[in-house]
Amino acid sequence: MHPALQGLLTIIIGVGGCVGYFYFSNQFLDKVLFPARGPNAGSNISRANMIRPWLFLGPAIIALGLYLAYPVFETIRLSLTERVRDDYAWVGLENYSRMLGEPKFWEALKNNMLWLIIVPAASTAFGLLAAQLTDRIGWGNAAKSLIFMPMAISFVGASVIWKLVYDTRPVEQQQIGILNWIWLKFEGGFWSVIFLQIVPAIILLAFAALIAYACYNFAKPLWNNRRTGPGRIMPVRVLVAVGGIWLVFLSLESLLSLFTDELVFGKPQTWLTVPLWNSFFLMIVLIWIQTGFAMVILSAALRGIPEETVEAAIVDGANPFQIFFKIKVPQIMGTIVVVWTTITLVVLKVFDIVFAMTNGQWETQVLANYMFDKLFRANDWGVGSASAMVIMLLVTPILVWNVYSARKEMK
Amino acid sequence: MDGIAGKKPGLVWAVHISVFLLVLLWLFPTVGLLISSFRTADQISNSGWWRSMFHTEQNFTLRTAPPSEQVHDGGLYVIEGNLFGEGKDAEISVWGISSREISAFQPGDTAELRRGGEITVQSNGDYRLTNFEAFSGSRGPRVFATAKTPPEFTMANYVTVLTGGSSDGGMAKAFFNTLTVAIPATIIPILVAAFAAYALAWMEFPGRALLIAAVVGLLVVPLQLALIPLLKLHNGIGIGKGYLGIWLAHTGFGLPLAIYLLRNYMVGLPKDIIENCKVDGATDFQIFTKIVLPLSFPALASFAIFQFLWTWNDLLVAKVFLIDATGETTVMTNHIVELLGTRGGNWEILATAAFVSIAVPLVVFFAMQRYLVRGLLAGSVK
Repeated sequence: MHPALQGLLTIIIGVGGCVGYFYFSNQFLDKVLFPARGPNAGSNISRANMIRPWLFLGPAIIALGLYLAYPVFETIRLSLTERVRDDYAWVGLENYSRMLGEPKFWEALKNNMLWLIIVPAASTAFGLLAAQLTDRIGWGNAAKSLIFMPMAISFVGASVIWKLVYDTRPVEQQQIGILNWIWLKFEGGFWSVIFLQIVPAIILLAFAALIAYACYNFAKPLWNNRRTGPGRIMPVRVLVAVGGIWLVFLSLESLLSLFTDELVFGKPQTWLTVPLWNSFFLMIVLIWIQTGFAMVILSAALRGIPEETVEAAIVDGANPFQIFFKIKVPQIMGTIVVVWTTITLVVLKVFDIVFAMTNGQWETQVLANYMFDKLFRANDWGVGSASAMVIMLLVTPILVWNVYSARKEMK
Repeated sequence: MDGIAGKKPGLVWAVHISVFLLVLLWLFPTVGLLISSFRTADQISNSGWWRSMFHTEQNFTLRTAPPSEQVHDGGLYVIEGNLFGEGKDAEISVWGISSREISAFQPGDTAELRRGGEITVQSNGDYRLTNFEAFSGSRGPRVFATAKTPPEFTMANYVTVLTGGSSDGGMAKAFFNTLTVAIPATIIPILVAAFAAYALAWMEFPGRALLIAAVVGLLVVPLQLALIPLLKLHNGIGIGKGYLGIWLAHTGFGLPLAIYLLRNYMVGLPKDIIENCKVDGATDFQIFTKIVLPLSFPALASFAIFQFLWTWNDLLVAKVFLIDATGETTVMTNHIVELLGTRGGNWEILATAAFVSIAVPLVVFFAMQRYLVRGLLAGSVK
């Protein structure tokens, strides 16, 4: 049978089956099992109403249980066993220790950490910038929908799009990748210094200053005895402060290397094979996709800010930058956190981009691709499951936080 | 804010310009690929796509007509014609007959060929080859010309990619496979989730709060965890790799978001309507199908768009649950990744194939953006 026909049939069977199931199970409950007639009509109705929710929920619970809950536990089990022909032998933590011994795993973990810091930060920052700017002009909505557009493009499509940008031709041929074409315009003269050293240096310095300032504000309660929040989040404050200091250190270090490194002018670069930099070139693809998402959400949040607060600031003589950073941003902090965590989740699962562009070569490996490699190339289910558990472990704090805030909201 | 900006026209201009630059930066890569998909392989490899709109100066490697077309004319063997073929408006600035000296001659000059004979090339590409002896061989001599050509676009790439075999693109088959995956995988979870969302929103039963919490938790479980256990399960119950497997998998993976979105929407429906119906003796099933489902249309549309984009663009789930060793059931994303491997340098094929796969989501996106944005807001803003 032709697959399209099979698809049509499945839609009919699936939809018909679902409707049929819901209709007839309700009929059965009301007419046959607990009919609302006879001597026990009252108690029958209440009994039927006790069972009905489970009829409604049944298919969903089965699907969720089978396709999401069961695999979590099965993966834990698989990560502790080894496949011996058709059987599974208990090996304890051996898969994990084998995984920890592989340099590829550490490379993937290190890259994932870089992705986790840079992609959500950059996407949120660009999104906030775009939201704030487009809200103030007439053609803002058109601009928004164009910036939002990459959301509809598949990761694979985006990879092809950006591969053309990064394309490299031998030096004697015309460059068809825009990045190399621009690169070849630099020849070490005045403009090269401006664009390749001064401008990046300013950006890096600004970034370091911003991080340092944010961390300072966040960690202030540690030495101020004035406790502003519950004591439980103290460890979080310490963690954020340490992460911030590390970031500041990293950016200052790269600032130094900016001026000490020799730049190879006049030579087309194969961007995706330069270690460390290539990870950044892959991240740009995801930032390009996710900025639109951040912009849409943050723009709605910005519109929800009460006018009075902004007006009061204007009356007090605040300038536009002060209004933005001191009045608006603090009021949408909650939304920024939501956007940040949502993008973090996307980053943790990023697979297609790396798979399509470098397949983890030249030190661009990430966890999801490492796992795919282990599962389907090396056929090593033990280590593959173990690395899946690492991804799960990284997701868990967000999971707990989501459940916690959802429950708080329900009360 | 507008008040302030209004007082400072400089700031308004700065905003306009920076938004313009931002949009340009965001569109630039996609436009590049789109334009490339309308250019021939030669054009793509000879000049960057950003120059395709202008008369560009390119280096061409051309051949004259083969010796089989020579005519005998007053003691001379002559081959005449145009290097670019008929009807092309090109202007040669310099030309040569050796790959080492491609700019040895001006238009109108006459060059002596190594194999004997002379060639004259005019600036419009007309040439005249003459020789006292007959030309031999199967191909005409090569001419290296640097010429300005007008912008030129072609649909030929799309024809090749859509009608060719799998080495040329073979996107037609992959397109239908993707469609076959995406549509059932979009419709079925909606139905299942709608009933569950109604129960979680409007029915009282013990364990409801716990179930909602579980759905929120499952929302973030990475689907990477599900790959091996489910593949094992599918193999165990005899589904194996195939359409049924991937439909079920997409249904399972899409359900948490569907239930979450729909429940949040349904909870917000006016309570009076539903209670009035109950008083009038409507059953839950009737309330759901006649009242709640029609009222929830915006939320249903939002989720449908999400799920459609997600299943259409997916690579990982298709690789694990659908595509078997025969490759008959390949989807577009997977096919493009394979093309990247086998034909990484053939940008005319790659760009076109990518655009065939991007086109449908883009249409859906621009047509239904309103619902997409609404869904995003409902899904993430608390």
